[in-house]
Amino acid sequence: MDHLTKLEQQSIFIFREAYHSFDSIVMPWSMGKDSNVLIWLAKKAFLGRVPFPLLHIDTTYEFPEMYQFREWATKFHNVDVKVAINQDARRRGIGYETHDPVTVTHELKTLALQQALAEGKWQALITGIRRDEDPTRAKERYFSPRNKDNEWNYKDQPPEFWNQFATHVGPGENVRVQPILDWTELDIWLYIRREGIPIPSLYFAREGKRYRSLGCWPITHPVESRASTIDEIIEELRTTRTSERAGRAQDHAERNAMQKLRAKGFF
Amino acid sequence: MSTSVPSSPFPVPSSAGALAPEIGYVPTRLAADYSIATTEQSRLNVVVVGHVDHGKSTLIGRLLFDTGSLMKGKIEQVRKACAAENMEFEYAFLLDALLEEQEQNITIDTTRIPFHTAKREYAIIDAPGHTEFLKNMVTGAASASAAFLLIDAQEGIKEQSKRHAFLLSLLGVRQLVVLVNKMDLADYGEARFRQIVADYSSFLETLGLKPQHFIPVAAKHGDNIASRSARTPWYTGPTAVEALDDFTDTDDLSTKPLRFIVQDVYRWDDKRIFAGRIESGTLKEGDRVVFSPGGKTSTVAKIERWSSPERKEAGPGESVGLSLTDQIFVERGHIATHEQDGAYESQQFRARIFWIQQEKLRPGQPLTLRLVTQEAQAEVVSIEKVVDATTLSEVARPGDDSHVARHEVAEVTLRTKKPLAFDVTGRIAPTSRFALYAGRAPSGGGVILPDRYFQRGQEGGVAENLFWSEGAVTRAAREARNGHPGLVVWLTGLSGAGKSTIALALERQLFASGRQVYLIDGDNLRHGLNAGLGFSAADRRENIRRAGEAARLLAEAGQIVITAFISPFAADRDRVRSILEPGRFLEVYVNAPVAVCKARDPKGLYARAERGEIKEFTGISSPYEAPAKPELELRTDQLSAEQAVERLLEFLAPHLELSRDPQR
Repeated sequence: MDHLTKLEQQSIFIFREAYHSFDSIVMPWSMGKDSNVLIWLAKKAFLGRVPFPLLHIDTTYEFPEMYQFREWATKFHNVDVKVAINQDARRRGIGYETHDPVTVTHELKTLALQQALAEGKWQALITGIRRDEDPTRAKERYFSPRNKDNEWNYKDQPPEFWNQFATHVGPGENVRVQPILDWTELDIWLYIRREGIPIPSLYFAREGKRYRSLGCWPITHPVESRASTIDEIIEELRTTRTSERAGRAQDHAERNAMQKLRAKGFF
Repeated sequence: MSTSVPSSPFPVPSSAGALAPEIGYVPTRLAADYSIATTEQSRLNVVVVGHVDHGKSTLIGRLLFDTGSLMKGKIEQVRKACAAENMEFEYAFLLDALLEEQEQNITIDTTRIPFHTAKREYAIIDAPGHTEFLKNMVTGAASASAAFLLIDAQEGIKEQSKRHAFLLSLLGVRQLVVLVNKMDLADYGEARFRQIVADYSSFLETLGLKPQHFIPVAAKHGDNIASRSARTPWYTGPTAVEALDDFTDTDDLSTKPLRFIVQDVYRWDDKRIFAGRIESGTLKEGDRVVFSPGGKTSTVAKIERWSSPERKEAGPGESVGLSLTDQIFVERGHIATHEQDGAYESQQFRARIFWIQQEKLRPGQPLTLRLVTQEAQAEVVSIEKVVDATTLSEVARPGDDSHVARHEVAEVTLRTKKPLAFDVTGRIAPTSRFALYAGRAPSGGGVILPDRYFQRGQEGGVAENLFWSEGAVTRAAREARNGHPGLVVWLTGLSGAGKSTIALALERQLFASGRQVYLIDGDNLRHGLNAGLGFSAADRRENIRRAGEAARLLAEAGQIVITAFISPFAADRDRVRSILEPGRFLEVYVNAPVAVCKARDPKGLYARAERGEIKEFTGISSPYEAPAKPELELRTDQLSAEQAVERLLEFLAPHLELSRDPQR
């Protein structure tokens, strides 16, 4: 079995284990490339359908194309999409125009997610976390339990072996299920290419720049690139050595930013 | 801090989020091309183990350096740091620097270090050798396809060299290369190398491990790591990197018998799809399959996939859906096999296990066992031996203190409450290993050892540990599932003697230990079944008769029934005894003198009886006929409630064993 198929088949296995194990599941959907690969894998696992809702944490700072993509893909994939906005924070005037990125991200993403989780009471969240994205993610598990405050106890994680996963959830707790944990950025692009998965066009170079990772527009910067097709992106990734999240300002605002965000429940 | 809008050729909204979607939006999408990347090699996980200070960090640092796997500038950075500190540069620092970057504030767990050769990509799995070693190694090594084991040429085979090899064999890592490190300190001598090869080979052989290669290396100087060393002209084998590239991806499970594990059943669009994964062998449309446990058969009508190239077969590692030609009841946990190569089925089996939980594992303790997608309540029936992982000899432990402590390995007999389908170790790995849970997190795991189990589709094998009921559900089947017989514990004694207190505590303790138990007392009978009965002599007799019949029914249903009635008359109690089979009626005389009970008088009944408000009150105005030969007498004027319950549990223990049940 080739490398991509092996990753795909293990992800399908994880999806099905999660669907069996939990009464209620939600899959956060950023509409970015990894997120769209997740939808595709879910459809592979469930033979053409996504049997749980998607959740878009709308920071209200999405790129315009992302809103168009959301509308288009909702119909295309025939998915139930829930949109969550931290209205309270917006009312209080929290925004990139006036606040620092860590505060805004915390309010509009982490808190918005927590509000949505508190309301939805889902037992499991299917996330697009990959080990290669960030050093702090090296220790993640396929099934990663979170306590009532959505905190990740990375110091005492249950061992995960022989495809047996942490499927127990207590009241108010949830489990992060991470079906593409072992994939790399290159794997994602190869898979998008192989399967013909629809993605937003912001990833492709225009005038020598492209977005490698998509977040809120005020803090997401394009990187230097001539890759204007998927094949060129794949070629670029085979030779590049810079970090995927290099264009994401929130990671660099202060030392150990990711660690702080993750401990608070960001993913 | 304010953020300016980045200058960008991409449109950004003037008012965030307020943009109306354009009609006719089309995202980027290419047609599927399944020829993409089919030639890419899989990433291989390699675990590196060895005794402390035998050079793991230096080896990993050297591998990263020699194969050009480090980020640009890393080595210069480390060299500079060393110079600043007036320290000699060491390759181990590369790993330290890398880990520091990875760890930040995170406590070390299993670490994956990405790394590549010209041939393919690897993840080196490093499980630090402290107290959490076994737990970390289980997570790390269980996903590894191969292992590097380091031995210091000078120090030779040490405790952990043996212990780690033992764990590798238990976790199923079969591909192994031994690196005899620090050859520079042994003057690159062939004799020393040969001696270690001979000693270690014979030890590994007892574990069923056969290393692909022994390689003399000096990681510090790069000898035989990525390039052949001129200092070991007598060595003609591969370098460490060549040995890595020689490892194969996985066991060749495609040549093994078919094992399709059912994960779930999807009932969508009037179809029933059995979702699952092929663990071994090949499944084709039209194949006749048998589902274990149970042995139901059907034929595969179609192998279902979504948006994938059409194929009429599936092999190991593939997650597919099956539709069958027959309407048979199949559920999660079932394993589909071909008829001629069936799985084993049993409720009892021998296993070699490891234990990682702080609390000791003891026989009889309620456990949950998971084997692929099967889950069952389980208990250890007996611990055959606890193995010292370094000497492979037995750890002496007195019989009444039989347990498996944290980080120990043992051979045990396990019993499950329902039949399991499985294979034995050495045959088909994924279906021969299991995880054990004493609570929420995995407490241990193990592999099933060969024995004469019943095998589906084969003659022979012992079916006595398999309690299938094709016809009526028998009491034996119920009891086998419960792991204990159904019986009646009949507490009798004066009001205030302590029957209810003891009964409640006993019920709680038996329930907590995983037994099926139910307490019948005056309260839950008087309000329903016996609602029409009063307190005349005849009605009190009828009350006991019905209590006895209810207890008998529940005992036949497999319950341990506890009753708490004064039941003062010997004839009434003996009638209940007579309707139960011998050994299933255990009369417990809860005995305290009337004076003591009167003094306790928890419900104020004695006081009322003495005032004549209650007629025919046992012990005051009506006799109590003490049992002549109770199975147990508890003197509650001499024992505390806790002591009485402990004594009762001790008495009950042999009666709760299925094997000692006289009826079996």
